[in-house]
Amino acid sequence: MKPLILPTAARLLLPLLLLFSVFLLLRGHNAPGGGFAAGLVAAAAFALYAIATGVRAARRALGVTPRALLGVGLLVALASGLLAVLAGRPFLTGLWGYLPLPGVGQVDVGTPLLFDIGVYLVVVGMVLTIVLSLAEE
Amino acid sequence: MLAAVLAGFVVAPLGPWLERRLRGRAGWLLALLPLGLAGYFVNHAPRIASGETLRTAVPWAPSLGLDLAFALDGLSLLFALLITGVGALVLVYAGGYLAGHPDLGRFYGFTLLFMASMLGLVLADNLLLLFVFWELTSFSSYLLIGFDHQRPTARAAALQALLITSGGGLALLAGVILLGQAGGSLAIGPLLAQPGAVQAHPLYLPILTLILLAAFTKSAQVPFHLWLPSAMEAPTPTSAYLHSATMVKAGVYLLARLSPALGGTEVWAYALGGVGAVTMLLGAYQALVQTDLKRLLAYSTVSALGTLVLLLGVGTPLAVQAAVVFLLAHALYKGALFLVAGALDHETGTRDVERLRGLGRLMPITAAAGGLAALSMAGLPPLIGFIGKELFYEAELEAPRAREWLAAAAVLSSMALVAAGALAGVRPFIGAKLPTPEQPHEAPLSLWLGPLLLAALGAGLGLWPQPASALVEPAAAAVSGQPSAVSLALWHGWSLSLALSGVTLVGGLVLYAGVGRLRRAVRAVGRVLEGVPSWYDAALAGLDALAVAQTRLLQNGYLRYYLLTSVLATVGVVGYALVRGGVGPGPARGPELRLYDAAVAALILLAALAAVWTTSRLAAVAALGVVGYGVALVYVLYGAPDLAMTQVLIETLTVVLFVLVLYHLPQFAILTSPASRVRDALVALVAGGLMTVLVLVSTRTPTDAGMAAYYAAHAVAEAHGRNVVNTILVDFRALDTLGEITVLTLAAVGVYALLKLRTGGKRS
Repeated sequence: MKPLILPTAARLLLPLLLLFSVFLLLRGHNAPGGGFAAGLVAAAAFALYAIATGVRAARRALGVTPRALLGVGLLVALASGLLAVLAGRPFLTGLWGYLPLPGVGQVDVGTPLLFDIGVYLVVVGMVLTIVLSLAEE
Repeated sequence: MLAAVLAGFVVAPLGPWLERRLRGRAGWLLALLPLGLAGYFVNHAPRIASGETLRTAVPWAPSLGLDLAFALDGLSLLFALLITGVGALVLVYAGGYLAGHPDLGRFYGFTLLFMASMLGLVLADNLLLLFVFWELTSFSSYLLIGFDHQRPTARAAALQALLITSGGGLALLAGVILLGQAGGSLAIGPLLAQPGAVQAHPLYLPILTLILLAAFTKSAQVPFHLWLPSAMEAPTPTSAYLHSATMVKAGVYLLARLSPALGGTEVWAYALGGVGAVTMLLGAYQALVQTDLKRLLAYSTVSALGTLVLLLGVGTPLAVQAAVVFLLAHALYKGALFLVAGALDHETGTRDVERLRGLGRLMPITAAAGGLAALSMAGLPPLIGFIGKELFYEAELEAPRAREWLAAAAVLSSMALVAAGALAGVRPFIGAKLPTPEQPHEAPLSLWLGPLLLAALGAGLGLWPQPASALVEPAAAAVSGQPSAVSLALWHGWSLSLALSGVTLVGGLVLYAGVGRLRRAVRAVGRVLEGVPSWYDAALAGLDALAVAQTRLLQNGYLRYYLLTSVLATVGVVGYALVRGGVGPGPARGPELRLYDAAVAALILLAALAAVWTTSRLAAVAALGVVGYGVALVYVLYGAPDLAMTQVLIETLTVVLFVLVLYHLPQFAILTSPASRVRDALVALVAGGLMTVLVLVSTRTPTDAGMAAYYAAHAVAEAHGRNVVNTILVDFRALDTLGEITVLTLAAVGVYALLKLRTGGKRS
């Protein structure tokens, strides 16, 4: 008999968990969270989806190969450090700007956020590279 | 000056492209670069001759004390002129010698790479910068020796040269770091300006040993000379350029450069004098018994390098002068002889001195070049070699120590050089012609231009020594660290050294006549000695055996033994530190044990026991998961939400991974024996015990409050974040994090490769 509850739940949980992971990523600089934990949440979401509906469906949902995430993540982290070099500061110096958002007020935006996004992508890529390859066997 | 050094690095990659476009004329075009650089240096010569030193510096990594600092003084100028001048001729020569070779363009590139590295080496005014260029010359030499990379002997020779010279390079790195500490500066200029400071430093002996190791390996001194004859696997232009005229003299350059800071002591005199003299004599003897023209020249180069080291060891102003003149003369005649040997090889198809005879009429220009160079090597007037040898004898006769022995050694080795020069530069062109693999003709312009110019220069500088004096004087002054008046002349009056020159010539001719008999005698002994491996082969075999043994021991392929090794090593190291530190467990200091703490602890303990006792893998994994979640609960209870969250996530994913792996494993086939279970239990108990002690100790040790306070105070102000953990990860210590995610990536790629590629050749 084809299982019903788990695939349905996974389908509903995937976007929620991904949303939650982005929430963790963005709040990480001021409250518990951050790129590493957020990346684990996102990876766990896809792992759950893969277990429930199969690896092929999970790969389709992901859209890119997890190995690409590894490379892109490293490059993003590296780029966040190189921006400081371009600005004439030592490698990986945090550069900050202020983004006025209507209704929210001023938001600090800086290269460390970009760096955290790189960490996030690498973590997702790493876990999914391993999990999906293993599950495919 | 920076542009002069960097130009070669910029042009080198263009070599293959130019060769494809210009088909055989690229050598002439590329030679314009070293020629232009030579013009640049000649242009500066008058200012250098008047005692000036030109300096330029661009900061590179100031925090390491590493600057792109270059200085042009007399010694650098002499080397720079040799490097660029011989470089131009060699590029032209290579165009003819390797004409039609598919990789000729690459050869141009490597040669220019070497030229730029060597220029950097002799111009560097910073010890670390010198080291960088030193390694670059070893590296380009490796590429050039292994140029014919399809021949195993070429590859082996390249590797041998690389291992020996880069071993010396490591010694150099250690040496310059120590020298920088002892002398208070990594910049060479200030270091040399305080003579006596380093010699009196307690680190003097280690520094000297390391620097000598570097110089002796690079300049092929006994017992490191092995690599130079093997390096004759390289194309002949490389042998002429790197392995006689320039690179092998880098060690001599290093000694000469640093002699104001390191020289003048007993140790210096005995180490350089002893090694130099032995190298000089051994090289001279070996040169005579070779039948391969290039190996003959290589051993005579070893002998000449020994002479140079010996003269620097003697260290008197006269000896330094003699070394500089000898170096110049040697570069000219030996470069020419190598190029002549290459032309002979190219035209006849053989380098066997016993088969090369009577070619003078067929190759008159090459013969003229070879003859002139041989006369200079033999030290006959009116060539510069004569002036060099006369100075050599005078310096030995006035040496402060062991002058009779040194003079005798000098005469002996010079006799061998007379014979070797005649064998390489005269004998192939006289007598009755013998059959050769190919029918010889006169070599083309590109092949005779280089040797003829070099040999003619040797003759010209002998007849009109004025320009040579202008070069030698500031160079000798730079080595001695004091001005030295030089006036080179062919005629020194009737003197003991002139008489010795006469003896040398007669002895050399006798040796030349008897060399056939000598070779036969050596060959008879040689057969007996063939079974003795050289120290290099023995060391290489030993290294291989060690690598195999330690791989068998450590990389045995059993995960459980890896785990055992890691755990026991940790226990050993940490336990040792605890015992040495004198800290033992004591009463725990911490908050009161609350009911839910006890409950969580009991949960963790039960789960751990369950993991040990169960016979199902899945149950064991689940139980381990419970242990992990329990730890996460502890984090929650003690207010570390970041850690708790990460721990929960990691535990979840670990269980998923375990399940995926276990799915593929067979049922337990072999259960462990009782003995190994006891062993595992003991290891587990010891490791657990250590952790317990560690926790107890660390709760009693006050943590550094300053660090926590620093981060708490600066997190918002400098990193714009209130989550201190996160600001540390992505801002304060972001470089660590970058390293960690790189490791994660590599691990993922590794796992992927293991999983996807283990089908062997099935998937392409």
